[in-house]
Amino acid sequence: MSSFRNSVAIAGVGETDYSRESGRTELALALQAIQAALADAGIEPQEVDGLMKWWVDTSVEADVAANLGIRDLAWWGEINQAGNVGAALVAHAAAAIHAGLANVVVIYRGVNGRSGRRYGRGDVTGQRGHGGGAFTEPYGLLTPQHGLAMTTRRRMFETGITSKHFGAQAVAQRVHANRNPRATFHARPLTLEEHQASRLIVDPFHLFDCCLETDGGGALVLTSAERAKELAGGRPVALIRAAAQAGPGRGGTIGRNAKRLFEQAGIARSDVDVIQIYDHFCPFVLFALEDYGFVEEAGALAAEGGTLWDSGRLPVNTSGGHLSEAYMQGMNHLIEATRQVRGESTAQVPDVALSFCDTGIGTGSLLLERGES
Amino acid sequence: MPLPQPAEEAQPFFEALRERRLVVQRCSNCGALAHPPRAMCAVCQSTTFTWQELSGRGVVHSYVVTHQAVHPAFAGHTPLATVEVQMEEGPRLVSNLLDVPPEEVCIGLAVEVVFEEVGREDGESVILPFFQRARGAA
Repeated sequence: MSSFRNSVAIAGVGETDYSRESGRTELALALQAIQAALADAGIEPQEVDGLMKWWVDTSVEADVAANLGIRDLAWWGEINQAGNVGAALVAHAAAAIHAGLANVVVIYRGVNGRSGRRYGRGDVTGQRGHGGGAFTEPYGLLTPQHGLAMTTRRRMFETGITSKHFGAQAVAQRVHANRNPRATFHARPLTLEEHQASRLIVDPFHLFDCCLETDGGGALVLTSAERAKELAGGRPVALIRAAAQAGPGRGGTIGRNAKRLFEQAGIARSDVDVIQIYDHFCPFVLFALEDYGFVEEAGALAAEGGTLWDSGRLPVNTSGGHLSEAYMQGMNHLIEATRQVRGESTAQVPDVALSFCDTGIGTGSLLLERGES
Repeated sequence: MPLPQPAEEAQPFFEALRERRLVVQRCSNCGALAHPPRAMCAVCQSTTFTWQELSGRGVVHSYVVTHQAVHPAFAGHTPLATVEVQMEEGPRLVSNLLDVPPEEVCIGLAVEVVFEEVGREDGESVILPFFQRARGAA
């Protein structure tokens, strides 16, 4: 099987400021993030010939291309589902570059997730009684957190994992955010007691189990590993070792995704140095750590501080993640995974050779490897 | 709460509710039960179906309790418990419990179906399946 293993790199990352009210359009946010990522990569906007976006993003590729002054857009696309498509977009873009369909692909998003359409209110995901919603919405299963809380409650019943375990992970991520000046909760420490005392939103989710709602944007620039090494000028390069998707099928999504990812990568779970996991709701970080096969009891790991950036044996969500940095639906995790492998995180884990990122309960995952330039 | 706007393949489920019967889709070819209803049987790819009436008995598989009105429809309705009921025959249904306060809902609770008329804004009404504690009739 032909693989793009380490033949494509994330050459640039960038984001806007994160806020509750950006005062800008979603297109303006996306463009600002793209500009930052291209500057980071050292690539001129005119040179971009591929664009990819989250399906839920409102800024279409034609508008982005026109504003950037792209000379010849050769390839573009988006991936359906919700916020969970980040790593899948990287996989598609890497495959396109590997196949010669495009040379420089920008993956972008810009979203007024707090001042505009709010995911947490069902504005984006509600079905108004249509489709599967005909069987769930009349009873109050109306927003993403409802279905996920249902899954969480069942898993608590089956495994004995508790809200205090979730709280321990939320606290670890807040420690990371407190080191990250970009984070919404940069200046706000959190204790386990505060987590436990925070109000119930949809029981079993407390307030601090839930992600933020954020206005902002982020972007990644992908190009060949060869080109990325030329551009890096001695700095480490984030090579795409492997990327995998898993959609509907038989058995757990994460299990199927993990099998594909680690077979493609040819490495063991224990080779991974730092982990980012999609945290729309904190329990799913711990569930994913178990289901990907990183650890058997993630609740115990979090409770002993095992997911902290400095003292933990398995550092997780080192930017603060969706709970404490920003809710960019996986984009900020992809950016952080890249920074870790380049040695540029605000909670830098020493000597990162392999950086893992899940962008939504196993629907997409990514392994980045440090390359020298 | 939003009321059902069922797709074509789901219509028989709601038509049966008007007669206060709880049915699920059954594949005419292989007999597999599916809920919510599908356009094609995921087991054998048949597109012909019959509708099987359920006993109405099940147990609570999982539940959530909405405390904050995270959607306009919750105004005045919190705390609200939403349950997932594992039916005796296999399928799972999302619903509410009519006679169990949110703090008493628990996984494994035996329940049975009860049909209630729910009014719509346009003055029409629809009958939906809800659940109550099983009355113990074996």
